[in-house]
Amino acid sequence: MSDLRALYQEVILDHSKKPRNFRALEGAARHAEGYNPLCGDRVTIYVKLEDDRISDISFQGSGCAISTSSASLLTETLKGKTRAEADAIFKRFHALVTGKGNGDKPGAAPLGKLAVFSGVAEFPVRVKCATLAWHTLRSALEGEAKTVTTE
Amino acid sequence: MSTARDVLNGPALERSIRFPVEKIRKDFPLLATAVHGKPLVYLDNAATSQKPAAVIEAEGLFYSRDCSNIHRGVHELSERATKCYEDARAKMQQFLNARESREIIFVRGTTEAINLVSNTFGRKQVGAGDEILITAMEHHSNIVPWQMLCEEKGARLRVAPVNDRGEIIFDEFEKLLGPRTRLLALAHVSNVLGTINPVRRMIEAAHRRNVPVLVDGAQAAPHVKIDVQALDCEFYAFSGHKLYGPTGVGVLYGKAGLLDAMPPYQGGGDMIRSVTFEKTLYNNLPYKFEAGTPNIAGAIGLAAAVDYVNELGLENIAAYEDELLAYGTRVLAEIPGLRIIGTAQEKASVISFVIEGLHPHDVGTVLDQEGIAVRTGHHCAQPLMERFKIPATTRASLAFYNTEREIDALVGGIRKVKELLG
Repeated sequence: MSDLRALYQEVILDHSKKPRNFRALEGAARHAEGYNPLCGDRVTIYVKLEDDRISDISFQGSGCAISTSSASLLTETLKGKTRAEADAIFKRFHALVTGKGNGDKPGAAPLGKLAVFSGVAEFPVRVKCATLAWHTLRSALEGEAKTVTTE
Repeated sequence: MSTARDVLNGPALERSIRFPVEKIRKDFPLLATAVHGKPLVYLDNAATSQKPAAVIEAEGLFYSRDCSNIHRGVHELSERATKCYEDARAKMQQFLNARESREIIFVRGTTEAINLVSNTFGRKQVGAGDEILITAMEHHSNIVPWQMLCEEKGARLRVAPVNDRGEIIFDEFEKLLGPRTRLLALAHVSNVLGTINPVRRMIEAAHRRNVPVLVDGAQAAPHVKIDVQALDCEFYAFSGHKLYGPTGVGVLYGKAGLLDAMPPYQGGGDMIRSVTFEKTLYNNLPYKFEAGTPNIAGAIGLAAAVDYVNELGLENIAAYEDELLAYGTRVLAEIPGLRIIGTAQEKASVISFVIEGLHPHDVGTVLDQEGIAVRTGHHCAQPLMERFKIPATTRASLAFYNTEREIDALVGGIRKVKELLG
């Protein structure tokens, strides 16, 4: 049960039940859809950029607790960040959930609340749930029109 | 010390004599293992079943005693291997009650069987403007091969709808059998809903319009007695691994007349009578459809599985599984917020469900930590998920070695899920 408590931390449950920034973004410059064909999870990420900075970001979709809370916390974390900062945070988040260290090096991007996803590393089949929104965001920022899939 | 007689009440004792499940469980080495420190509760039998020691030993014995290629050498080992392989074919003939053993083609599994038919029979019989009829509850393996054929030929895929209980709407199905229908391809038992389709009636309806029928028996073979002569279907396919046999082997049954008229599927050794660079003469049935060295050990293992199932008796298996299904349906339905998807009158022991506010993936992860193996997701039936407007389900699929105690463990596991995530 302890691994499960580590996976489903309070913050994750809170964000999965009450996702933040859960809406379509009017006049968003970019959006992209993500899809995990294995479990049917879908997410759409909307991003508004001002110069190089994410001025607003939101999402919609349906998925498990891990994927929904990950999308929700992504939007919270990245609002106001530059593209380069967002990219650095994604890299560190990815290392965290795949168990390749939390990248605690001097100068590494701060994970903040995203650290609650550290438990995912113990559940390799759930890594795709945690990263779906992030891959989708990357696609939105790169302006790719096609749906991102985890497969 | 208490004896079984003290512990069991009347009906339970009576059943344990009729169907000694605890003794049967000992035949399956994997069932005695632990997962995450908990005794394994294996409820994913519709994905694949566990194997009795008799099957594992039969495969091992082939490799340690008889291993050789078949239909080739004059040497002793090759003769032995050939005999074992052809005996396995005869066993499949009896299992399906086929008229002749040459109507039994060994394939990799149901998926390959369906692809074989679509690539040979389908390519020959289906043209532009023709139709292939399937049902809304098909597995992807009985959708995609037909879609590919339709795309190639400019034909149209029609889909017979299901009602909210997950049963074929018979009137609608009959209406879809039209003058351009070239084939009906349908599941005998749904892997998601558990529905046992009225295949005999459906085949009769198709035959009244001269439409040949392929039955996907992947989920039926472990639960239902199959008689292809009584069904009168043109093709019947099933996989060994869902029938307590090895992976990578399965059977396609086809009526001899049709198989004879069909072009071969793959070219290679064993499927030829003579080869020159100018022309090749194809072999007789069933070898025409078995190019290359087949899964000899797999076929032998599958024969051992059929022996095992026959010994228990499919009628006894079905009766016991029906009791488990009734018990599981009752106790799961008592869980607040749980909804069973698939409530057909005629059902095999598959229980798919959704729980309000909980995603199946999260349910599956928590259950796994309790040692309980269930399937979560769309079960390779995405169109069916759309029909019921759900992204996924959690599925407990029961075999004859499962027990009410294991279903209780599942219920306890779901309670833990709700505690943790609710």
